[in-house]
Amino acid sequence: MNTNKTKRIVVVGNGMVGYKFCEKLLSRIESQAESHFDYQVTVFGEEPRAAYDRVHLSSYFEGKSADDLLLAPVSWYEENAISLYLSDPVVAIDREARTVRSHHGHVVDYDYLVLATGSGAFVPPISGVEKEGVFVYRTIEDLEMMDLYAKRARKGAVIGGGLLGLEAAKALLDLGMFEAHVVEFAPRLMPRQIDAAGSDLLKNQLEELGLHVHLSKSTREITGEDCIDGLQFEDGEKLDVDMLVISAGIRPRDELARHAGLETHPRGGIVVNERLQTTDPAIYAIGECALAHHMIYGLVAPGYEMADVVVTQLMGGEKDFKPYDMSTKLKLIGVDVASFGDPFIEEPACRTIRYENKAKGVYKRINISEDGKHLLGGILIGDAEQYNMLLQACKNKTILPPDAEDLILGLRGGEEAGAGVMSLPDEALICSCEAITKQMLCHEVEVNGQTTIETLKKSTKACTGCGGCTPLVKDLIQGVMKAQGLYVRNIICEHFDYSRQELLDLVKMNDLRTYNTVLDKFGTGDGCETCKPVVASLLASLWNENVLEKGRAPVQDSNDRFLANLQKGGTYSVVPRIPGGEITPEKLIVIGAVAQKYGLYTKITGGQRIDMFGAHLGDLPAIWEELIAAGFESGHAYGKALRTVKSCVGTTWCRYGVQDAVSFAVRVENRYKGLRSPHKLKSAVSGCTRECAEAQSKDFGIIATEKGWNLYVCGNGGTKPQHAQLLATDVDDETCIKLIDRFLMFYIKTAEPLMRTAPWLNKMEGGITYLKAVVVGDVLGIAEELEREIQALINVYECEWKKVVETPELRKQFTHFVNAPAKKDPTIAFEELRGQKRAKEWA
Amino acid sequence: MNLTIEQNDTLTWHLACQASDVPEDGGVCALIEGRQVAIFNFARRVEWYATDNECPHRQQMALSRGMIGSQGGEPKVACPFHKKTFSLQTGKCLSDEEYGINTYAVKVENGLVYVAL
Ligand code: SRM
Ligand SMILES: Cc1cc2nc3c(=O)[nH]c(=O)nc-3n(C[C@H](O)[C@H](O)[C@H](O)COP(=O)(O)OP(=O)(O)OC[C@H]3O[C@@H](n4cnc5c(N)ncnc54)[C@H](O)[C@@H]3O)c2cc1C
Ligand code: SF4
Ligand code: FES
Repeated sequence: MNTNKTKRIVVVGNGMVGYKFCEKLLSRIESQAESHFDYQVTVFGEEPRAAYDRVHLSSYFEGKSADDLLLAPVSWYEENAISLYLSDPVVAIDREARTVRSHHGHVVDYDYLVLATGSGAFVPPISGVEKEGVFVYRTIEDLEMMDLYAKRARKGAVIGGGLLGLEAAKALLDLGMFEAHVVEFAPRLMPRQIDAAGSDLLKNQLEELGLHVHLSKSTREITGEDCIDGLQFEDGEKLDVDMLVISAGIRPRDELARHAGLETHPRGGIVVNERLQTTDPAIYAIGECALAHHMIYGLVAPGYEMADVVVTQLMGGEKDFKPYDMSTKLKLIGVDVASFGDPFIEEPACRTIRYENKAKGVYKRINISEDGKHLLGGILIGDAEQYNMLLQACKNKTILPPDAEDLILGLRGGEEAGAGVMSLPDEALICSCEAITKQMLCHEVEVNGQTTIETLKKSTKACTGCGGCTPLVKDLIQGVMKAQGLYVRNIICEHFDYSRQELLDLVKMNDLRTYNTVLDKFGTGDGCETCKPVVASLLASLWNENVLEKGRAPVQDSNDRFLANLQKGGTYSVVPRIPGGEITPEKLIVIGAVAQKYGLYTKITGGQRIDMFGAHLGDLPAIWEELIAAGFESGHAYGKALRTVKSCVGTTWCRYGVQDAVSFAVRVENRYKGLRSPHKLKSAVSGCTRECAEAQSKDFGIIATEKGWNLYVCGNGGTKPQHAQLLATDVDDETCIKLIDRFLMFYIKTAEPLMRTAPWLNKMEGGITYLKAVVVGDVLGIAEELEREIQALINVYECEWKKVVETPELRKQFTHFVNAPAKKDPTIAFEELRGQKRAKEWA
Repeated sequence: MNLTIEQNDTLTWHLACQASDVPEDGGVCALIEGRQVAIFNFARRVEWYATDNECPHRQQMALSRGMIGSQGGEPKVACPFHKKTFSLQTGKCLSDEEYGINTYAVKVENGLVYVAL
């Protein structure tokens, strides 16, 4: 090694990484003002021009000039005293003498030699590759030649459906080909980056853009005299093309190193250690020519990192090249494609969440560790906006939120309505009664065009059992229709061409109070079992008048019609309100006595109260008369209304309690009892963070803190459970009530029929952030109005059962036989069960 | 008050109830000759219908408590149990072909409702 202070560095290859090496070296020297060493840098480039942006090579066809693509003009090298030889490849290395010799005969000494020779296109040994009209896609010269040849070509093809092949295919389209084909050997596109589902979607997108994609196709021969005229495939098929780009992979340019006796890999690549030294420690290899950690990094980012590693060492520092993340995000023919971490890991080694929206051309997949804590990898196609966030979460092993699907659905907004159920896996059981999976339903909607609940019921039997799956099925229909690009407006039914929200506003503005006036003014036909309960519900939500008066009884849903839950066998259940689950022994005795007298089966419910089953229709008024006399009120167990506010004992008894949960639960339940809403409402109050009342599974849940209450909203049990989200922290009693007022009224006014608060939030554009802004921050300026409206409903509350018991015309409706009021339905039958009676099995 | 009026050889009209006993756009169940018959006062269309009260799906005696309405103009009733819907004109199940119910002729005279069995 020479003994003077000047280090002589020779760089072979002036591609992207070779250039980056120079740039980093210079900036490092500049920042080290007191540098002890001088550097003398010589660069040899084989191409006729200085390093350019190969990554954006295709933009050459979109009008960029070769100069536009330059990473730095030739003058930059001069200004920085870098000797640059272009069109002059290095042909030999003398490791003894530490010199390199170029094609033009320049011999230059080095102390350190950096090989950045990149790679060339790999051309498989297909017969006919030498024919005119066959190209590779790597350099500006390749592009110039393609440009010329394309003038006499009409049909083009690319062999290779990887990242580069698709770029080349785009180039063919840009060159004005009438037809552009992609021929891929593997069964999917971009096999290194994306999975089969992603490939399917990408394929659709590309085909829409005019590409023809052929998968699982291997080419036997390139046919034609001197010029190509077609491709002959192994399966016997032929494709007529007059231009071909081969993009079947890359082949590292390791020939120079091999001749110099450096270790190279049989399948290509200069073998380097962690410091990126070749088997000769004075010689480094970086970029696409280097085989580090047993692999060629065919992307520019790891190449740049390699440049940094070598520069750091030359400047006296220490740095190793670590296995580099091959995550990529790119735009292919206008389609975002990203792949990060381990995109392919499969269940059961992980949990996979997929979301697909064909119309929008969006496919997202994330793989989550088995314990749900970390993101392992994923694929984004069509919309890669969340790429960076996800990449970060993946690289940094961030602990994920409990609802990991939020990661790809983002703030789940209106646009993506139905994303919740659409993100479920195909095999998800939607209707458990009839064992019908999401896939079966989607198929019906997609292929057989069954786009209403009615027709789906016929063709699949979904929703015909307990009906609990109906909302999910509705979401699925909408999801699939949206995915097919069909516009879905949530109108109520054939009789009302309005959404629930629109109709609610109209009914309110016009002060309508019966179903018939609403139908006359805003509907057509005679109504049905869909719109009747919807209108009934919004009338109740708007005016809170007795649901059975003014001809409203026949439009109530089955349970509301008789203010009781209709049971198997035709009997009804009776559930008196027990606010907060707190009950006196006296009242317990009354329940026992009534149940005994009318022969009712009793059960403690999951909602901290007591249900009495098996009541005859005709007995209901008498039963309620006795309960009301003892101080009970309707529990609205039959209504889309406030059900229970569960409580734990809190400070009343519990040694951990920090607030009086029972008192607050009783207050909350009494405030909102009788409030009718798009779907039922449940609440709970827990006395401390141990959360014994399970408040976080409720539509609104309240959890005591040292300073007050934390208010959670939009939790749900049911078919698709979801935890409630935090709306406000450490609020006092009054603030808490005020926020619940606003929240409930906002929900009542804007949700769709039979939509619980959780799906309502999921569909809300902006999600919890927006909800918070409206309810807490009052961005819409409607808080006062909401509070006023709900107070008006609370002011007119009246126990509806009391009203029925006291009103003979209403009471009269509770008979089985109109012409034999005292007679009970003789078909009702019971069986005996553990000392009580139960409804007889379905016949 | 089971008054019977002779009509022709096949049909017999039975007095079921007073018209005012049947809620507008709603139904009631009458016991006629030991049979449960659902009677509907489709006031919006100024039409009356009568069908079996029993739903053939799970043999529930509940059709009279179902909601009535129309589907593309065809009057129908939805069973309150699992919402299977039946044409009030033909008795045919509109949501599931397998089922059907009997329909009966109804007439209202002098505020009284008669059903022909
Ligand atoms: C009685 C009870 C089961 C029990 O014996 O414990 C019950 C019974 C019924 N539930 Fe429930 N649910 C009962 C607690 C629950 C709970 C637990 C809770 O409230 O803490 C849940 C899950 C929590 C939730 O709602 O988010 C629950 C989720 C449902 C659902 C699914 C709701 C959803 O959002 O998907 C339905 C179906 C519906 O409402 O459409 C339902 C519907 C029903 C109906 C009303 C079905 C019907 O129309 O006949 C059942 C008949 C009740 C009757 O005849 O009185 N029940 N149901 C519970 C009554 C609680 C009460 O005191 O009011
Ligand atoms: C069309 C296209 C699109 C791409 N898109 C992306 C993308 O979106 N994202 C991404 O990360 N990567 C992309 N890449 C890959 C990226 O361009 C390469 O990873 C990057 O260029 C590698 O840089 P390099 O310096 O190692 O090799 P190169 O850029 O190939 O440079 C090597 C240079 O060395 C020269 N050379 C070879 N032997 C000698 C010799 N003996 N003497 C002198 N010079 C020699 C070569 O002629 C060449 O100019 C794309 C590549 C192509 C072709
Ligand atoms: S009580 Fe609830 S969970 Fe049980 S069968 Fe009925 S609806 Fe289903
Ligand atoms: S019993 Fe009538 S629909 Fe099931």
